[in-house]
This record gives sequence, structure tokens and C-alpha cells, in this order.
Amino acid sequence: MAEVLVYVDHVDGAVRKPTLELLTLARRLGEPVAVALGNGAADTAATLAEHGAVKVLTHDASEYAEYLVVPKVDALQAAYEAVSPAAVLVPSSADGKEIAARLALRIGSGIITDAVDLEAGDEGPVATQSVFAASFTTKSRVIKGTPVITVKPNSATVEAAPAAGAVEALSVTFSDKATGTKITGRTPRESTGRPELTEAAIVVSGGRGVNGAENFSIIEALADQLGAAVGASRAAVDAGWYPHTNQVGQTGKSVSPQLYIANGISGAIQHRAGMQTSKTIVAVNKDAEAPIFELVDFGVVGDLFDVVPQLTEEIKTRKG
Amino acid sequence: MSLRIVVTVKYVPDATGDRHFADDLTVDRDDVDGLLSELDEYAVEQALQIAENADDAEVTVLTIGPEDAKDALRKALSMGADKAIHVEDDDLHGTDAIGTSLVLAKAIEKAGYDLVVSGMASTDGTMGVVPALVAERLGVPQVTLLSEVSVEDGTVKGRRDGDAASEQLQAQLPAVVSVTDQSGEARYPSFKGIMAAKKKPVESWDLSDLDIEAEEVGLDGAFTKVEAATERPARTAGTIVKDEGEGGKQLAEFLASQKFI
Ligand SMILES: Cc1cc2nc3c(=O)[nH]c(=O)nc-3n(C[C@H](O)[C@H](O)[C@H](O)COP(=O)(O)OP(=O)(O)OC[C@H]3O[C@@H](n4cnc5c(N)ncnc54)[C@H](O)[C@@H]3O)c2cc1C
Ligand SMILES: Nc1ncnc2c1ncn2[C@@H]1O[C@H](COP(=O)(O)O)[C@@H](O)[C@H]1O
Repeated sequence: MAEVLVYVDHVDGAVRKPTLELLTLARRLGEPVAVALGNGAADTAATLAEHGAVKVLTHDASEYAEYLVVPKVDALQAAYEAVSPAAVLVPSSADGKEIAARLALRIGSGIITDAVDLEAGDEGPVATQSVFAASFTTKSRVIKGTPVITVKPNSATVEAAPAAGAVEALSVTFSDKATGTKITGRTPRESTGRPELTEAAIVVSGGRGVNGAENFSIIEALADQLGAAVGASRAAVDAGWYPHTNQVGQTGKSVSPQLYIANGISGAIQHRAGMQTSKTIVAVNKDAEAPIFELVDFGVVGDLFDVVPQLTEEIKTRKG
Repeated sequence: MSLRIVVTVKYVPDATGDRHFADDLTVDRDDVDGLLSELDEYAVEQALQIAENADDAEVTVLTIGPEDAKDALRKALSMGADKAIHVEDDDLHGTDAIGTSLVLAKAIEKAGYDLVVSGMASTDGTMGVVPALVAERLGVPQVTLLSEVSVEDGTVKGRRDGDAASEQLQAQLPAVVSVTDQSGEARYPSFKGIMAAKKKPVESWDLSDLDIEAEEVGLDGAFTKVEAATERPARTAGTIVKDEGEGGKQLAEFLASQKFI
């Protein structure tokens, strides 16, 4: 059976969920061979094996943390040459997309980014993408070389599928371009204790209507009652009320949760781009004409300062 | 010696228009008004600021696109760029990211450069990979997705805000930079800028000027193929209630009916 290379996104050995989703998708195309790089690479093996990796190629070197992107491209290329896979799958993170693109160019292949689904086809993998602010769905294929495809978080269900997961050391020689861009400092993001925005089943977002950083506590209180992640519109982020990492939309995160609750958000096309594939959408907005209401399953025309606390309180009561 | 900055800008269909596909499944660029990609305005802005802080600098804006893409160049010129290059050729229709990076890299080399500044992503393709591809082709450092950028003494520095961490980056010129929409508001063209732009030089190059064969680009040269595009069905109209004191409770009732609580 053909092998499929899966690039592992991990933090010091802790595998991030989108990589496990990739393993689910990779199994539709062949036998997943994982590539884990950097500090803690070998510690990823047990989790990867549980989710279907037949082999885990690992390599650690200080270059991965000290220089941007290119050392990882060199390593992924080495893995590609060692395995001759039928496809290469990479999580759609900022680094992931750039690594995938540079690899594709080097190996003479095409690249598809931000797939939301993958199926095996007669002529190779078929990728589903959501385009034009999620108003169209496309099916595409790479028609030259070995398909290199990046996949968005939440595109598949994580499934256990125990496999050998044999760890093998990957041999990597860095190119002379590897040290071109130096990472001179790194400030890790502080964890909020809430679910990751792109991975959460429920997202509660606030926009300009929240009217101040201090009022975001109303949004957070609702989120915490629901075990949800907190999102924000760009207007709220630009005003400095909430961090950019929480921005939902074209230039923020795209989310596709079971439930999206938009509070004081008008529903501009660039915001929709990041949330309109959510399963259920509800909104609270005092303007009955706000475009967000075109998307909702349930909407309340009203002041969020009245409606949201009442909702939070009611959920608390119902939970008993 | 002067600092030569090339800014890559894309002419895209207006995101607030009714964007769709043409019969050959390429982006329809005829029926929806086009404009300079808003995300590339940030690239023009940062390039202008870098130029303003340098002793002597020249900002060239570069686009690959149809005839109308000149509008995008005019806008960038009216913001303050010095000159423009328009790569236009019928054989470019349908070019994908790999092909676009080839044409951009050849044009950038022909123009001469110390620094390339790009946007974080195009608003139509939204791939966000062209800057990395151009860097790979040019064989120079990529310093991408910066929300803060500065150039001093032949070194470019910037901050890249990622999911897990915020990183400080540094590289020697020549280099390829891309900037995000967090990098700072783009300026509006002034009346004076708009008048001055009319007199600024716009060069037109075609594929033969760049020694690129027609088969290497366009739909024929593409590495990827869109096989189907379907419009997402409109969401069915939901229930909308007006809050008369019970709005939060009604919403809770809905969420309970959907088993969310
Ligand atoms: C290139 C580009 C990229 C962009 N990327 C993004 C992106 O990634 N994400 C994003 O969100 N935007 C993005 N935008 C911006 C987008 O166009 C909108 O400007 C933005 O989404 C508006 O945010 P908002 O809905 O919070 O604010 P507004 O549009 O101002 O809407 C605020 C809403 O709150 C309601 N409201 C006010 N007070 C109350 C109250 N007390 N109770 C209830 N409702 C109230 C109002 O009726 C209004 O509908 C982008 C724009 C561009 C050009
Ligand atoms: N046709 C084009 N002409 C000029 N620059 C482009 C073109 N396509 C992409 N770019 C540049 O590459 C960036 C990222 O584009 P993309 O990878 O398509 O999302 C854009 O912000 C532009 O700076």
C-alpha cells in the first residue's frame, strides 16, 4: 500500500489535534508515515502510533528553533526522498503552509492549501476547499508531481487506529539557505485555560457592540458556562479590546464549530469568511437589519448587555 | 547606494461583490469590479515607511494581471510608490501559485531589488504562500507574516505572531518580507498623490520579456486543477425574536432544544 507523509505539528512532543485529524485523512489515501522535527520529536511517537502512523521519522537539531521555516523544508524533503510517498499532508498553520509550498516547488509538485476534506480518487487525492468567504465549495486535484496538501483544523474526526509507529531517525543535511532567517526571540502565548479557538465545539464571539475591553467579561462568562472558546471581530481586536489571536475571519482564524454565538457583530463578509460554515449560528444584535441575521438559526434583536447575561444565568439555572 | 524595494500587489475581485467562477473554473475577473487587494495596501504602506526611513530608496510596485490590473498599480502609485511594472500576457490566464511565483521571481530579478514586500495573502486566492515561494525561487531569506517590520543597515527585523508564540525575526538583505493587516493602517492617497501618480512611469512586460515559455504558466502550465465548484446553498431562514425582556431565556430554550445545554 502507498505511503502518505504526514507533517507533525507538536509542542515539545505534545501532538496538536489537527495532526491527529490529518492521520484520519491520510489513512483514506494510504499508510501514514509521520515526520516529527525538533525538541521532543521522539515523544510524539506513542500518540501518533495510536492514531495510525505506521512509521515515525524523527530528527532534532537546534536549527528548527533558531531559524524560520527552511530547516523544516530541508527535513521534509529528506523524508520525501526517503519514503517516495503518494501524497504529503501538512496542517494549515502559518508555518505549515509555507513549509508545504516550498517543498512542493522543490519536488516539482503542485500545492493545494486549506483543504477541509480529502478523498481518494482514481487520479489521486481530491481536496475539498471552501472559497470566496465560504460561499463556494470546490473540488481540486494536484495534477503534477506528488500532491502536497495542507488541511485546516477540524476537517476530520480524530479516530484511534493503532499501528506500529516504529520510530526511525531521519537523516537531514541542512541547505545553505537554512540559516537565512534567524529567530532572535520567542514569546510563547499564555494559555487562557479555554479551548483552542479552531478546535472548540462552541465559539462565543464579541464585536464592536461589546464596547470596551472590560465588557468582554460578559462574553467570557457565557463562554465559560458553555465550555466554549472566545472569538472576536476585527473591529473589537483593532480597538484593542481582545487579542488578535482570537480574531475570527479572513485575516484571523476560520472556525467551524457545532455552535457559533455572535454578539454585537454585524456580519461583514470578512467576518463571515471565518465562521459561516459553523453548524448552528445564533446572534444577538440590537440592529434587526444587521447582515449576521441572514445566517442565523436563531437570532435575538436586542441589547447584548441585557440578553447575554440573562442567557448565561439561564444556562447556569438549567444546569442546576 | 539606494535601497530598491519591490512591492508585489494583486488586483482582485471586490470581496463585497458577488464573486464567482468563470466557465473554465478560474476566478471570474470580468463581472465583479476589481481593486488593489486590501491586504496588499499594508505591503505598500510598510514599503513606503521603510523607504521614508532610508537615506535613499525607490519603491516599485509589481503586479501580474489582466489589463485592468493597472488600476491596482495606479492606486499604489497614488499612495506614494515611485514606479510600476505590469506583467500582462494572455497566456497567463489561469496561472496558479507555483506559476505566479515563477513570473514574480523573474520580474523581480529583472527589475533589480534589495527588498521584496508582499501582502500576507491575496483576498481571492487566500493561499498565503506566494511570498515563501518567491523567496525559495530567489534563494533569499523569507521574513514573512510580520505584524511589525523595520530595515536598518542592510538588516530586516520583524515580529511574527504565530499561534503558539510570537517570534522576533532577523535577516540580511536581500530578502522577501510579507506583512499582515496588523502592521499598521494603510494611508489614503492624497489629491496631490493621485495627480502625481498620473505622471509616474508604468512599464509593461510580457512573458517573452521574462524568458518564460507559455507552457510554464497559465491553465496549461498549472500544477493544480479545480474540477468542480458549487455555490454553498443559502442558509435556511432562522427564527428571529425581538427581546422584550425574555430574549436571553428564549435563546437558552433554543440552545436546549438543540441539545447544546
Ligand atoms: C482585508 C480585510 C480583512 C478583514 N478581516 C477581518 C477578519 O478577519 N475578521 C473580522 O471580523 N473582520 C475583518 N475585517 C473587517 C470587517 O470588514 C468588519 O469591519 C468587521 O468584521 C466589523 O466588526 P463588527 O461586526 O464587530 O463591527 P460593526 O460592523 O461595527 O458591527 C457592530 C454591531 O454591533 C451591534 N451592536 C452595537 N451595540 C450593541 C449592543 N449593545 N447590543 C447588541 N448589538 C450591538 C451593531 O448593531 C452592529 O451590527 C476585514 C476587513 C478587510 C478590509
Ligand atoms: N498576481 C499577482 N501579482 C502580484 N503579486 C501577487 C500576485 N499574486 C500574489 N501576489 C503576492 O503574494 C501575496 C500572497 O498571495 P497568495 O499566496 O496568492 O495568497 C499577495 O499579498 C501579493 O503580495
